[in-house]
Amino acid sequence: MPASKLISHSASRRDFMKSVAAGGFLLAFYVPARAINEPEQTPTDTKGKFAPNAFIRIDKTGTTTLVMPQVEMGQGVYTGVAMILAEELDADPAKILLEHAPPNEKLYTNPDFGIQATGGSTSLRAFWMPLRTAGATARAMLVQAAAQQWKVDPGSCTTSRSEVSHPASSRKIDYGALSDAAAKIMPPKNVPLKDPATFVLIGTPLKRYDTPDKVNGKVIYGIDAMLPGMKFATLAACPVFGGKVAHADEAAAKAVSGVQRVILLDNMVAVVGDHMWAAKQGLEALKVSWAEGEQAEVSSADLWQDIRTASHKEGVVAKSRGDVEKGLSTGQRFEADYELPFLAHATMEPLNCTVLCKEDSCELWLGTQIIARVQQTTAALTGLPIEKVTVHNHLIGGGFGRRLEPDMALNAVRVAQQMKGVPVKVVWTREEDIQQDIYRPMYRNVISASLDGGKVAAWKYKVCGASIMARWLPPAFQKGIDVDAIDSAVDMPYDIPDFEVQYLRVEARSVPTGFWRGVGPNNNVFAIESFMDELARKAGKDPIAFRRDMLGKQPRLIAALDLVAAKSDWGQPLPSRVGRGVCVQPSFASFIATVVEAEVDQQGEVLLRRITTAVDVGTLVNPDSVEAQLQGGLVFGLTAALYGEITIKKGRVEQSNFHDYRMLRIHQMPRIDVHLIKSGEAPGGVGETGTTAGPPALRNAIFAATGVALKRLPIDRSALAGSRS
Amino acid sequence: MTQTRNITVNGEAKSVSVPDDMPLLWVLRDVLGMTGTKFGCGIAQCGACTVHLDGKAVRSCVLPISRVGSRPITTIEAVGNTSAGARVQQAWLALEVVQCGYCQSGQIMSASALLNQTASPDDADIDAAMAGNICRCGTYVRIRAAIKQAAAKRAA
Repeated sequence: MPASKLISHSASRRDFMKSVAAGGFLLAFYVPARAINEPEQTPTDTKGKFAPNAFIRIDKTGTTTLVMPQVEMGQGVYTGVAMILAEELDADPAKILLEHAPPNEKLYTNPDFGIQATGGSTSLRAFWMPLRTAGATARAMLVQAAAQQWKVDPGSCTTSRSEVSHPASSRKIDYGALSDAAAKIMPPKNVPLKDPATFVLIGTPLKRYDTPDKVNGKVIYGIDAMLPGMKFATLAACPVFGGKVAHADEAAAKAVSGVQRVILLDNMVAVVGDHMWAAKQGLEALKVSWAEGEQAEVSSADLWQDIRTASHKEGVVAKSRGDVEKGLSTGQRFEADYELPFLAHATMEPLNCTVLCKEDSCELWLGTQIIARVQQTTAALTGLPIEKVTVHNHLIGGGFGRRLEPDMALNAVRVAQQMKGVPVKVVWTREEDIQQDIYRPMYRNVISASLDGGKVAAWKYKVCGASIMARWLPPAFQKGIDVDAIDSAVDMPYDIPDFEVQYLRVEARSVPTGFWRGVGPNNNVFAIESFMDELARKAGKDPIAFRRDMLGKQPRLIAALDLVAAKSDWGQPLPSRVGRGVCVQPSFASFIATVVEAEVDQQGEVLLRRITTAVDVGTLVNPDSVEAQLQGGLVFGLTAALYGEITIKKGRVEQSNFHDYRMLRIHQMPRIDVHLIKSGEAPGGVGETGTTAGPPALRNAIFAATGVALKRLPIDRSALAGSRS
Repeated sequence: MTQTRNITVNGEAKSVSVPDDMPLLWVLRDVLGMTGTKFGCGIAQCGACTVHLDGKAVRSCVLPISRVGSRPITTIEAVGNTSAGARVQQAWLALEVVQCGYCQSGQIMSASALLNQTASPDDADIDAAMAGNICRCGTYVRIRAAIKQAAAKRAA
């Protein structure tokens, strides 16, 4: 998320608060939080007292609980966060428990967002220093407690696996036995952190906490919530965005066995039944006519015309250096436009939410990346006081940005409001999930560049597309600039003397747009790295050598690039119609170079042959999770490059399920070699960087294999059929 | 038409009163409360709902209850009681296959059905058996490796 780059990571600990609850040790601490462009908030509550936003609890058995605001959605964050804490605390990782934080915007704020959210590859980056500091502070208090009891110098004590030891007298005591005494000690200030060279947990491939119950059917996602007396519902919103229900004939739906209720709301209908099958059959039988509204004739062609026409206008300058117009007039000038389509998220767990509405309360069960926003928007919708809205968060069956939106909760609450006192599980069909998504925006990027002496002398880049931040986090959209949309464009890694980046907001009429794995960079990195390949060819240089010569200020990227070149056999001969393509990017504070090797057959079908990536993500908290995130992120991005496109016809999304919104499958996957570079830097994000790396590397491999310089995604097979090798 | 049927799930006799055309998936999840089997697409495109019918992998989202008959059903909740299922689960954890985990019930059911039929599958066997299971987190590379490890455990 771009926000991270605009916020100073003042990781210094402001204060700690301890309290003695019902015995045991509690350390509350604060993770500095502020929304973008806002002054840093002093950590105080409404009464002017210190307001912590995370907690470490150690009970008498030594069990150490971290109450944390981040949600696990497959990225391994529970394990990574626990490892960071356990490292500085010298706790036994097997004794660490994690608790979902309840919704409380003030208490559990992600420092990069200023709201309670999990997204943008921010979790480990944001909590790295605060968690280490808290762990070290708690450890110092436990040591102090043991030293007092033994009447020895704290400096003569050591800690390991949730025990304090005094080697000189061979005494040992468990953290649990110290918890009461440690709770009486004032938290010390400026506790030194470990030298990373002495880490015992960080950097080891610890087994994940969340996976054992995911292989035996025991794990409970939001969609698995079961309550006594529960009914099941499915719904359909007007297929044209912005349209309403005009009329519905309920008779056929009500005649379906097991149907309990037909619910008609202004823009959607729902059927409630004894089970999902009854609800689904009932919804299919329901005859609805829609008042489709003014978008009823809109097609993708219209939206592309909108954005192409608008793109001739000047945008708002987000970054400039040198004199770009002067630079463009020297050397050889080249221009290109790159376009990316709407994308759906298609999380494997379809949208769902279980709700129990009563007259004076509302209770929700779901998996969300934004629990506090769900609580707030539900309170606003129902008119209930916020403390009367209870949200039970669950593990997430795929987020990818989709569960950063509260719409599934709100629509489920609207259904449940018609069923007061009865718990209702509302499950979207896959068709509804895809056709009522909040889509990755379509983008058009307009680039002019000049080449001089084999290097890029000037670069003018304009991003045109919808602003997600203007809706989702308005402070991040100021003076006409969406900080997410320009991420990885304003900070592209190459040394280019004359440089300008513009942003031009072009909304997609009523098609809703939102975050998608890789966020702003998945657009910008594709355009930048595609054009870099074309410029390399114009300059008559090897794509890696061309890039390398302009990365003088990027030693970490050069190291990644050199490693991937060696590991991918870059430069070695390949058969006809097979090519290698490269992508280099510093997005999400991780430095990654990727080579995709692909073959294009005579029909234009693209076959992945090999994927090699070299990445410096800073300190590797859990190397196995990093490798897994890279592998998965690459698949996610390559899936979009090969197949991903949501199109609009007569105001409706044309795709509906996995047969026409296709996914990469196992038989199409080649080997993926991930090479991790050891680094002492703070951890970078790993959840999204593979996603942004895949598409340009594949596109450049196709360019190398066929000479066809694709300008848009997904890959157009018809342009590749029979093309020269 | 709704009628009462007796089915065998994970070795237990169950009696359900549901419409004839109701897919097994919803009988398991919404009637029997066995939520380990997942809904992903409803049209046999993603494999999240895979269970074993008489030891063979089937997509429960398109299998009407009327077609189950007396054949035994095995789900993710009990596949660990079979040799292949236990080996697959162990290999899944040993290689940390799982990310979000939502598709993995179906992946494990498909993989263990494969091992029941083909003790030492090669890459082509794995492709054929697993191509119907989508993983949005992209765990395919590890799924392939874990199936091979699970197969090797039997040989060992």
